[in-house]
Amino acid sequence: MLDRLVDDEVRARLERVELPFNRYGLDEFGLSKDHLAWFYTLLGRLYHQYFRVRTFGIEHVPARGRFMVIGNHSGGLPVDGGMVLASCFFEMEPPRIVHGMVEKFAQYLPIISQLFSRWGQLPGLPEHAVRLLEADRPLMVFPEGARGTGKLYRDRYKLVRFGTGFVRIAMQTRTPIVPFAFIGGEEALPVVYHSQVLAKVFHAPYFPVTPYGLPVPLPFPCQLYYSEPMTFEGTGTESDEEVEQHVEKVRDRIAALIEQGRVRRRQERAAAGQGRAR
Amino acid sequence: MRVVVTGISGALARMVAQRLVARGHEVLGIDRRPWPDAPKGVTMAHADIRKRPAEDVFRKHHPDALVHMATVTHFSVGREERYRINLGGTKAVFEYCHAHGVKAAVFVGRHTIYGAAPDAPLYRNELEPPLAVATFPDLADLVAADLFAGSALWRWPEIDTSVLRVVYTLGPSRRGTLANYLGGPRVPTVLGFDPLYHFMHEYDAAEAIVLALEKRLRGIYNVAGAAPAPLSLLCRATGRLAVPIPEPIMPYVFGRFGFARLPPESIEHLKYPIVVDGRSFQQATGFRPQFDEVQTMDAFRWA
Repeated sequence: MLDRLVDDEVRARLERVELPFNRYGLDEFGLSKDHLAWFYTLLGRLYHQYFRVRTFGIEHVPARGRFMVIGNHSGGLPVDGGMVLASCFFEMEPPRIVHGMVEKFAQYLPIISQLFSRWGQLPGLPEHAVRLLEADRPLMVFPEGARGTGKLYRDRYKLVRFGTGFVRIAMQTRTPIVPFAFIGGEEALPVVYHSQVLAKVFHAPYFPVTPYGLPVPLPFPCQLYYSEPMTFEGTGTESDEEVEQHVEKVRDRIAALIEQGRVRRRQERAAAGQGRAR
Repeated sequence: MRVVVTGISGALARMVAQRLVARGHEVLGIDRRPWPDAPKGVTMAHADIRKRPAEDVFRKHHPDALVHMATVTHFSVGREERYRINLGGTKAVFEYCHAHGVKAAVFVGRHTIYGAAPDAPLYRNELEPPLAVATFPDLADLVAADLFAGSALWRWPEIDTSVLRVVYTLGPSRRGTLANYLGGPRVPTVLGFDPLYHFMHEYDAAEAIVLALEKRLRGIYNVAGAAPAPLSLLCRATGRLAVPIPEPIMPYVFGRFGFARLPPESIEHLKYPIVVDGRSFQQATGFRPQFDEVQTMDAFRWA
């Protein structure tokens, strides 16, 4: 049934993905071609039509081999993650399937846990990250974690504390880090309040409530900025201070990208405003 | 080599025995169950491994090696008897080995001791703790037997002991834990969950066990063949109908409506994956599986 809804473009792109699928369209991590087809069709609609995402600097994302995209969480639900997956699938040649590192509570939820597994979105465990990178798979990590999606609207685009695990794993597996900034998610899904009760019901770290009630993102245009890959030499067993310095560099790069993106957005809005006035 | 195989009448153990004979080894089988058409080269002893007639096999024939496959699961045997066989039996055979100068021992265990849990990583390596004690208490005897067999490495260092944690086996014999679960035309699954299942062809498993013996492997190893497959695909590819059932009513459908009889604790194993990393065994022995996951499912289906 879902097969009929799949875009021909998505199907053609999936054929060009360089992953070892078996006769049933599955790989060793449980990814399923059929599930990916309709998942990326949905992401494509959101990417092209709903959020009208514009991606800048996609040339910085390696076409082959392992990499880690690291960025800010923007908005109360991980729509930003979905759009990063979409940009690497629709803007790259050959298309890349990026593996996200999902908050652990999702594993307890029926249906969701199953879908995440077929889409290649594995629980965020260091073992998974290392294993995927060693298989030359791209990884997407939000080092802010649930602290990041759990930001309220008044704290938008302020980066919260970064975990350090991603830098250690990048050093251990010699993986280039591609920083990115996602702009627009905070306006698409403004979170004004966290419901403790609903969070308990879903075993979630928080449950976002918007001014209009439901946590459904609005069709707000979004932008995605990638910057040059960063590599850190080492083994991943360095002291916390040393690793913290690398984490700060990545964080600063992302903060600069966010600033760049917001300035550009302001300029574009001003230009559009002048255009209308004339 | 002269090799004792305990639990030889089991489906996988027979394949191991046949392989050993084909490679010129002499096989002494110990089992309470008969093997009526045992091939030439296999000498059967009808005995309980904990009893004197079993030790007599060691005393009389002075075997060089042991393959211990006389462990049982909840499918066939009640709890008390299981503890006697899996723990008492394992202890007994290792003591016979020590007393009668056996030089190599292979304990054939199961990968299910790692236990299924939502926060456990895919591809568990040998250092991962056995979570099964918490999630599926009925597996405690198998966990303990596995750990006891591992302790033989320091308890009796003169014996080259290897503990193999073998994934589910599937194949033409249609025997084993997973085959039991897939036994009927309809297979109960938990609504909303579709875990990866790790299994290998039984011929590959038999070959791995023989290799462990021939290479005089020491240590604890996961044994896996090809990639895992989701339970839904496993059902589809083996011609079964997966019937998703809401979790709260699962315990009441086991053993009814043509579904396999499973203990309620096994539900965790239908919700979450147990997938192991078999690379260190492959590196240590040069083992290469002959069947991938698709061929394995076909072999089971069309046997």
